[in-house]
Amino acid sequence: MTPTPDPAAVDFDVIVVGAGVAGCVTAYQLARAGHEVLLVERGAQLGSKNLSGGILYCRVMEQVWPDFVARAPVERRITRNRVVFLNEGSLVGLDYWDGRLADPVNAVSVLRAKLDAWLGEQCESAGVTVMPGMRVDELVRDGERIVGIRVGEDVLRSHVVVAADGVNSFLCRGAGIRGAEPAKHLALGVKSVVGLPRSVIEDRFGVAGDEGVAYAVVGDCTAGLGGGGFLYTNRESVSVGVVVRLDELERSAGASPSEIHDRFLSHPAVAPLLRGGELLEYGCHLVAEGGQAMVHDLVRPGLVVVGDAAGLTLNTGLTVRGMDLAAGSAIAAAKAVHEALALGDTSAEMLAAYPAELDRSFVGRDLRTYAKAPAFLETRRMYRAYGLIAADVLHAVFDLDTTPRRHLVPTAFGALRHSPVRLRQVLRDGIGAARAL
Amino acid sequence: MLDLGSVADRLAKNKYDLDDASHIELDQALARSTGTDKLLVRVCPAHVYSEAPDGTIAVQHAACMECGTCLAVAAPGTLRWHYPAGGFGVAFREG
Repeated sequence: MTPTPDPAAVDFDVIVVGAGVAGCVTAYQLARAGHEVLLVERGAQLGSKNLSGGILYCRVMEQVWPDFVARAPVERRITRNRVVFLNEGSLVGLDYWDGRLADPVNAVSVLRAKLDAWLGEQCESAGVTVMPGMRVDELVRDGERIVGIRVGEDVLRSHVVVAADGVNSFLCRGAGIRGAEPAKHLALGVKSVVGLPRSVIEDRFGVAGDEGVAYAVVGDCTAGLGGGGFLYTNRESVSVGVVVRLDELERSAGASPSEIHDRFLSHPAVAPLLRGGELLEYGCHLVAEGGQAMVHDLVRPGLVVVGDAAGLTLNTGLTVRGMDLAAGSAIAAAKAVHEALALGDTSAEMLAAYPAELDRSFVGRDLRTYAKAPAFLETRRMYRAYGLIAADVLHAVFDLDTTPRRHLVPTAFGALRHSPVRLRQVLRDGIGAARAL
Repeated sequence: MLDLGSVADRLAKNKYDLDDASHIELDQALARSTGTDKLLVRVCPAHVYSEAPDGTIAVQHAACMECGTCLAVAAPGTLRWHYPAGGFGVAFREG
């Protein structure tokens, strides 16, 4: 067991690096539990470096702020979900609206510059020392133990450091927790925020008041590459863009993410949704896509890792989750760190209560449930062939040109015969989907 | 039809606090021999990397949106890339 350093030698009980969802929730919980907490953020303002799609599955936030949806600067309550196979000249989609999704609210659209600024205010009011505009250069060690951070020439010491520094986590690389990530574990998101009047959003997307819609799109939006497109309504803007896996980008000579983004926004099925809008911001962000396989060690003596830095994301094809897992990991980490501080023992053995707690929480359970999803989503047929087959079947149903019709099943077999996909592949993918999603 | 403009036009609308010092260092010879040069030009969504007439790669660090894609795909040793100094770089107003 590693002894905890002399309390007089530390500047703070806990130093949290990175003021995203994971960092802010961890800092807030620990300050509320009575600890001296420093929250360090490299952006000049909280939220200025942060970018999400972004749908926040927000129920977990109520464990920290019971009135989260009413108080936090969220954009719209997502009550309508559209899942779309997009082809070059057609689309086949599922449209799911449900009044039950409005109460209780399970999902909200957010813009991180606004949300994270609010999270930072909550931290400050709970007594957290918030220091923006500071880039942490490295962790400071004493043997195996992490004892603080170095910012330029300054060293700040604490009993525990929380690495909440995002998907690129230089802290985890520096600590040897994580090496270079395989390209298939990462995807690049490119997004535009397009301003539209509130009334136009309500009319165009068929939503009322503060309700909103989330589109998950697969197929031509990424020019057939592994990944997808998204469109989320905000109060007076829409967030629209694409996510493309890095292994697919590397492999495809000629594929440029900015061109794929532009192609999606100008697709005949998407362009009318953005007509008359004004581009407010063009941004990008890396997305962890490895699921459970990407989650690495979460603890070292004096260190815990939370959120994107820990690789905690889930893409199930239908839902893309990161922020809720970040909050879940923060709650579990704060609990373990609090107990370790109370006992005066922040060894890796004590802090291992965090991964154990995480494993029992919805985060660990959902990561296990969807452990096979990333491998399934490597199925290339998802990104072109199946959308075309679906459109061909429906075309044969609706294109009533006076030729005699056939029943649905022979129509479907006909469409399959004209595609490069074989029946046994369809069956195998169907079973794969059933097991993975 | 929404007028997106060129990537450069879009970035001009974004907010940046510019640091004169670059946070990006590329080993030109190694980038060329490994093919990383062309890959970076192609994959960066901010078009930070461009091929100069002499075949070297020009690096416009001021346009960087700090996603880390270049670092993730670059051949080992070709690229030194870290976040800009505290308070500098892109400042998202929407996110």
